Amino acid sequence: MATRTRTPSIFRPRQPIDQGVLTENRKLVDDINRRGLLRGAVSLGALTMLTGCDVSEIGSVQKALRAVSAWNDGVQETIFRRNHLAPTFSPSKVAKPPRFNAYYPIEDVKPVDGATWTLELAGRIEDKRSWTAQRLYDLPEEEIIIRHVCVEGWDYIGQWSGPNLSDFLRRIGADLTAKYVYFVCADDYTESIDMPTALHPQTILATKYAGQIIGDPFGYPLRLRTATKLGYKNAKWIKAIEVTNEFRETYWSERGFNWYAGI
Amino acid sequence: MPKSASASVSRKIGRLHPLPVRIMHWINAIAIFIMIGSGWKIYNDDIIFSFLRFPDSIVIGKWAQYGLQWHFFGMWIFVVNGLAYLCYGIATGRFRRKLFPISVREVFVTIGEALRFRLRHDDLTHYNAVQKVLYLGVMAVGILIVVSGLALWKPVQFSELANLFGSFQSIRLVHFFCMSAIVVFIVVHVTLALLVPQSLLAMLTGGPAVGDETAGLSIAPNTETMR
Repeated sequence: MATRTRTPSIFRPRQPIDQGVLTENRKLVDDINRRGLLRGAVSLGALTMLTGCDVSEIGSVQKALRAVSAWNDGVQETIFRRNHLAPTFSPSKVAKPPRFNAYYPIEDVKPVDGATWTLELAGRIEDKRSWTAQRLYDLPEEEIIIRHVCVEGWDYIGQWSGPNLSDFLRRIGADLTAKYVYFVCADDYTESIDMPTALHPQTILATKYAGQIIGDPFGYPLRLRTATKLGYKNAKWIKAIEVTNEFRETYWSERGFNWYAGI
Repeated sequence: MPKSASASVSRKIGRLHPLPVRIMHWINAIAIFIMIGSGWKIYNDDIIFSFLRFPDSIVIGKWAQYGLQWHFFGMWIFVVNGLAYLCYGIATGRFRRKLFPISVREVFVTIGEALRFRLRHDDLTHYNAVQKVLYLGVMAVGILIVVSGLALWKPVQFSELANLFGSFQSIRLVHFFCMSAIVVFIVVHVTLALLVPQSLLAMLTGGPAVGDETAGLSIAPNTETMR
């Protein structure tokens, strides 16, 4: 067996390596190789995670996930109990002020001028005359002290009052057999709810919080407050209401959040 | 070992882990992976403990909505597969045979052996007392995590259930601790499976052949206990 000439390196052994050692320890060597393979597989997995590539964004994956989300809409519609009331609380539990939530920080809230503001009506409604804030304040009020549940996981107890949405829809001659009630907001936010939720006894058009006119960050002069939906379904700074049979994506559902968002 | 068992013609020979168990085990592994990874993403949106935020590199979903989408997709796999597993385990008698009886004395003896590194695992077909407790425990946690998840998802529709937990945040806490318990279980479970590779292999290939009374349904009329 021809061996290469020895280099003067101090790291090179003086004697040629005994190849018998390899055969003797074949099992150990193989074992170590197997472990290496396992390690390799694990690091490959870690690498795909670290590159920041998100499989959720791949077209077909996102399509499938949204299809499941749409299926979940149907499931939630099925389990919705029309006359089941959400838990209510005593006024001592009410958070003051309420917690702010929107798709931008509180500093960016553009207050609505209540004096010039009107509520526009559209779609399957008989009386589409617009409403001023004062006319809404003159309607019979209902108060609910309910839990606000945000999709992020936080919650607080809020005390809301204003006309009951079901009463309001009847008053304006809305088609109660229509599928959706759609809200357009002053900050270009859009939201829609299913008719059974709109007719739920604990769904109101809120004009007051804790007995006071709602503050600017919380939807002055008019916002939706329903006890059976996640926070983001409760449109604030409402400027138009449409009753329709046509499903339209809303601000958050367009971005992949669940549309029904029932609680 | 299984030679004598396979010699008997009257006995239907099965594997330690029949095919349905193996399929459900690995579906569950995938579902748990999805649920924990996406759950961590959801947790990060409103952390419960100021010292704990899961690194972005280990959560599923770059944005909140992706985490939510995966979670509410994974829940169906976890629940449907989990129910199928529970029904199978009860109907075939697998749980009764493999997880019972549990003797308290044996639990302590096994813990003692484990601490002195004298635990024997040459017989994969027999679970020691600690294994029995852990497997039953993780199943109970699995049920509780689904129940608390249901209360979190629908605190109004299922307000009767949600009320049992107290406040909304206490439901989150229960859900979180169930997750933590499952993570601890997975760490122990995976470590032991890697230390005893034949147990991991058994969950892929089925493992050693066993008499039908330890594998699946008793069909043969004259089957009796093997030992």
